[in-house]
Amino acid sequence: MNALTWDRFQFGFTVTYHYLFPQLTMGLSLIIVVLKIQALKTGEDRYNAAARFWAKIFGLNFALGVVTGIPLEFQFGTNWARFSRYAGGVIGMTLALEGMFAFFAESAFLGLFLFGEKRLGPRTHFLVALMMFLGSWLSGYFIVATNAFMQHPVGYQVAANGTLEVADWRNYLFNSWAVWQYAHTMTAAVITGAFVVCAVAAYWTLMGMHREQARISLRVGVWVGLIASLLQLFPTGDRHGKLVAQYQRPTLAAMEGKFTSSHPAELVIIGQPDVAHRRLENPVVVPAVLSFLSYGSFGATVYGLEDFPETEWPDNVELLYYAYHIMVGLGTLFILVMGISALLLLRNRLETSRSMLWVLMLAFPFPYIANTAGWMTAELGRQPWVVYGLQRTSLGTSPTVAAGDIAFTTLGYMGLYLLLGIGFLFLVAREIGRGPTPAEAS
Amino acid sequence: METLWFFVVALMLTVYVVLDGFDLGVGLTMLVRPGTEGERRQLLGAIGPVWDANEVWLIAAGGVLVFAFPAVYASAFSGFYLPLMFVLWLLIFRGISIEFGGHLKHPLWRRFWDATFALSSSILALILGVALGNLLRGVPVDKSGYFHISLFEDFRVGPHPGALDWYTILIGLLTSAALGAHGALYLSWRTEDPLRVRVAAIARTFCMASVALLVLATWATATVQPIIYYRLAQRPWAWPLPVATAFGLLFAFWQLRQRRERAAFLGWAIFVAGLLISTAAGLYPDILRSTLSPSWNLTVANAATGRTGLTLGLWWWIPAIVLASGYFWYLYRSLRGRPIGDQSYH
Repeated sequence: MNALTWDRFQFGFTVTYHYLFPQLTMGLSLIIVVLKIQALKTGEDRYNAAARFWAKIFGLNFALGVVTGIPLEFQFGTNWARFSRYAGGVIGMTLALEGMFAFFAESAFLGLFLFGEKRLGPRTHFLVALMMFLGSWLSGYFIVATNAFMQHPVGYQVAANGTLEVADWRNYLFNSWAVWQYAHTMTAAVITGAFVVCAVAAYWTLMGMHREQARISLRVGVWVGLIASLLQLFPTGDRHGKLVAQYQRPTLAAMEGKFTSSHPAELVIIGQPDVAHRRLENPVVVPAVLSFLSYGSFGATVYGLEDFPETEWPDNVELLYYAYHIMVGLGTLFILVMGISALLLLRNRLETSRSMLWVLMLAFPFPYIANTAGWMTAELGRQPWVVYGLQRTSLGTSPTVAAGDIAFTTLGYMGLYLLLGIGFLFLVAREIGRGPTPAEAS
Repeated sequence: METLWFFVVALMLTVYVVLDGFDLGVGLTMLVRPGTEGERRQLLGAIGPVWDANEVWLIAAGGVLVFAFPAVYASAFSGFYLPLMFVLWLLIFRGISIEFGGHLKHPLWRRFWDATFALSSSILALILGVALGNLLRGVPVDKSGYFHISLFEDFRVGPHPGALDWYTILIGLLTSAALGAHGALYLSWRTEDPLRVRVAAIARTFCMASVALLVLATWATATVQPIIYYRLAQRPWAWPLPVATAFGLLFAFWQLRQRRERAAFLGWAIFVAGLLISTAAGLYPDILRSTLSPSWNLTVANAATGRTGLTLGLWWWIPAIVLASGYFWYLYRSLRGRPIGDQSYH
């Protein structure tokens, strides 16, 4: 493996691992705010107890998100020096904004939220939870805006020394790509949060533990989860897809496993791409739907990979194709699971429906898989560019770092993250077993 | 404009060192005197609600650095590849040890994570100092604007040094002692008797060691990189900085004698900040000095983002720093007094 491959593997591994944590942090922070609102409205401590319990999981999760997030910012410099040098004047703006506007709020108020409930009183404690939520969601925006620039660069100009700088900050910050990618990413994070909350509540219910707390978490989890799953498909997924269709045509073709252009174009439900022979094996398709989804008209032309030189193809068509289809398939299942749960909840039968509780208890890994597959779609789809149309990924690496150095640190990260993961799962499982604690005991 | 951003980055890094420095110093204090299980809980409780927010200054400073001086970010971070990765791993260990350790009341579990905390914090303090030493001494930047430095060569200062040589190790030791003092003074302000008395004694030892190492480091810097002193001497606007540094040092010693721990801690913070800002003022306009040729130095002029971008940057940086200061004021105000916070949320 050469340095470039190691660099890509290291970033892919560390960013995938990292994002297992923030998606729950962002999803849970919303759910904690909902619980704190109910606590304020009803004045009942059971909502506070629920919030306290989830805050413990949140705290652990947040800590792992922070420590695995810092290496990513540093890797822009250590492993991707030529990319940083070229685009740092632009992407540095959102990275700095994230630190200054979002992380300061998030970390300062997390400290107060976890350590200050007694000191602050219920109203201030709610406001602190709200700030924590805003901080974590804002940090998500700045990171997505950074990524959106790499996907669809706007608002920049080339400075005298050949590097990029921000020319129009509104355009850069409110890139249409950033707005829809953000909405899509955030609803996905809420889905993860909701499924995790539901899984824990389903476990408690099935075990006959913490009945009242389980009821609260189940109700909040199912409703939040249903709304988020619906928003995930429409409008956020739909609009994000249309942007890809508009600005990254080779990517769309690869995602859909489409080798030759056609109008109308069919939507592939499943099938295996055979890149060497430029065809899709065993395709199951729905006619004309891809034209409609991509361009809003059943007759629109959708280009195939053959319409573009191979140097502009994403370099891993197969993985991109499967990542995209896994994401879409799972997203559809989430609507189904949350829809059925909500119906049962409305008829007051969810708590007694053991089979549905089993489904909810076991379903929580799938949003993580869907989130990961979604980001893989975005990042593999952007290839071969690190900044779409401006800088190739192969020209973004660090010129003075040897493959052996990167291999060394990659293996180090893998070992370290394995240990972190074991410790994290052990502690989370323990907290779930202990369950919520009343105000005096905490 | 570039000058302004140079001092913005220097200021943010200084704030990082002053704030997270005492967290690291708590680790150093724990390393030299582990104490009982209950005492260690008090040590960790004193930084529990704030260490994470303090660390954010590093992330924010990194973001501002890549924005304002992408060429420096690219060159320095790839050049110091392995040392930086070690810093990242140590930051991971430090953060995890605080969070994981608190979740389980098992004696061996706690002992393990306390030791991890003490060790990772102490090595971090040392590496931060070594990094500062490297900045002062310079690195082999060539005409491409990049460099590569091994962890160690022959421990001598020359055109092709290792990251570790006698000079950078000396600066590393000075930093360790100074941050150890910083952390112990913070603890003596934030904890109650009888622990307070013990950490104050540790603080005195660290303070003395800092002064001795400072004298050595001042002499060593005069031989390795005298230009810093020439530049400081030529710049009347920078003269208040060393004066403030000396004042902070003397004030800290005096207040420590008077058993006013909070004032002593603040005095020491002025000393640490003064030392760093004076160094920045002496380095300016160079950011990354080349040991090979002065013409290959990365400076505020040749490493900065374009003017349009930098000017725009002020529009968000100023409100952001005001807001961040507000958060910190509120955070520390909410946690004033001793002990700090509800002790533990677990």
